[in-house]
Amino acid sequence: MATRQTQLLARTLLTPAVALLFVWMIVPLALTIYFSTLHYNLLEPETQQFVGLENFRYFLTDPAFLASLQNTLVLVGSVLGLTVALGIPLALLLDQPVVGRTIVRLMVIAPFFVMPTVSALVWKNLLMHPVSGLFAWIAKLFGLAPIDWFNDAPLFAIILIVSWQWLPFATLILLTALQSLDEEQKEAAEMDGAGPLSSFIYITLPHLARPITVVILIETIFLLTVFAEIFVTTGGGPGLQTTNIAFLIYSQALIQYDVGSASAGGLVAVVIANIVAFFLVRMVGRNLEA
Amino acid sequence: MARMPTRRRIALSTIAAWLVGFLIFFPILWMVLASFKTELEAFAIPPSFLFFDWTLENYVTVQGRSDYLHHAFNSVVVAGGSTLIALLIAIPAAWSMAFSPTKRTKDVLLWMLSTKMMPAVGVLVPIYLIYRDFGLLDSLTGLVIILCLGNLPIVVWMLFTYFKEIPRDILEAARMDGATIGRELIYVLTPMAVPGLASTLLLNLILAWNEAFWTLNLSTLQAAPLTVFIASYSSPEGLFWAKLSAASTLAIAPILVLGWFSQRQLVRGLTFGAVK
Repeated sequence: MATRQTQLLARTLLTPAVALLFVWMIVPLALTIYFSTLHYNLLEPETQQFVGLENFRYFLTDPAFLASLQNTLVLVGSVLGLTVALGIPLALLLDQPVVGRTIVRLMVIAPFFVMPTVSALVWKNLLMHPVSGLFAWIAKLFGLAPIDWFNDAPLFAIILIVSWQWLPFATLILLTALQSLDEEQKEAAEMDGAGPLSSFIYITLPHLARPITVVILIETIFLLTVFAEIFVTTGGGPGLQTTNIAFLIYSQALIQYDVGSASAGGLVAVVIANIVAFFLVRMVGRNLEA
Repeated sequence: MARMPTRRRIALSTIAAWLVGFLIFFPILWMVLASFKTELEAFAIPPSFLFFDWTLENYVTVQGRSDYLHHAFNSVVVAGGSTLIALLIAIPAAWSMAFSPTKRTKDVLLWMLSTKMMPAVGVLVPIYLIYRDFGLLDSLTGLVIILCLGNLPIVVWMLFTYFKEIPRDILEAARMDGATIGRELIYVLTPMAVPGLASTLLLNLILAWNEAFWTLNLSTLQAAPLTVFIASYSSPEGLFWAKLSAASTLAIAPILVLGWFSQRQLVRGLTFGAVK
């Protein structure tokens, strides 16, 4: 029985965390909303002026916005597709009896622990450099012309780097889910004459549906705001070819010092992220009751 | 009865798994190798794989020319400090929600989760301006604060899922024996909570160590942790591959080791308990 005293204690213990997170969420967000209605450039701070929704009109009709929205969607979609499509077979493979499985697991999971600036620069220089990179050398071995990744396919290059970082995450989650799959259920199916393929389609895949959804939702939240990988490799270019929404807002805020427009863009990013978050929170919430 | 996998099947899956594992790990391996080459060899075509003059020269120059240890120290302070403070705030909160849940506990938890969903870039402008006005730009204090707040929801969540697994009967038994809340906390709860605390600590150290949005935007030199230090190698005039590799190897080595220890907790922490 919880007494009044312990209830009071519980509330007191909870307060600091809740208060801090509340402030952390409300204050900057309120400021972003406030700034988004101002004409405010840090280079000419005197000319602050209320302009209503002008910044939103400017941000949303800017050709750079459409380009970066498209880049964001392509980046998120491709990385999701690659990591899930490769993660499923990889998780199935690691679920097999493999000699030295622990070591293989360690090798597969390693890229996830590499800081984004390191993985981006190592890929850009050591692997993807058009003259001295390893990929160029391999291409020449096969008599092919080396690809100048960051000029000819810059967005694809970023997609490859980010996929390399997130493939371990997808694999690890799917593998964890596979290991909780009831072995007897699979055996029963096999006794009933189900081949490996139909046992995969009718038993394994439905079991993986939930973890796949979790992977997609969580990756989406992180992938919507990929930043460091673009920052250190292309700086958004050439042109706008690798500018995503996060990078566009960054460049408007800290390169052009356009506080108003960057704030409007920030709110657009919040709205997009919230659409995803809505589904994720509902899923996690359902799990909380079970 | 368990299926007996055939020898052939084991051999096949072993070969395939090692091959794929090696491919995925290769960029890291290649980087480590390059860190022991001279700049000339790191650039060379055809590349040398193992048979080159191994040298430690890069590790020496990285420290000498750019004061690597200064940035490593910053990383330790920022990652360690933000994680410890987050734990101090989160432990009471998670404890309270796990052991004295109310009708609103679920809402509070989900609300905390939703703060994590807010894209950092959405609040970049106000945070930057606040930091500028309070003199927090390029300061360790500023980075500790922002990373602590950013990771607080994950810390609370992870601790909550661990605390919830501690059987409540034990607490009640202790209470029947006349234990006070203080004693209950020290002698009964703490020992059972240590594994959960440890893995929460580990996962958050990793996340904070690798954080590269706020660190890149809010620090330049004085407070720059390793993420920012490595980014300085992206300038076109600084094509020092061997030195970049040496600096990178040093920057990821400690976290790779921690990460390998915490891979199981990683799933749980990053999925907010949705997959265990």
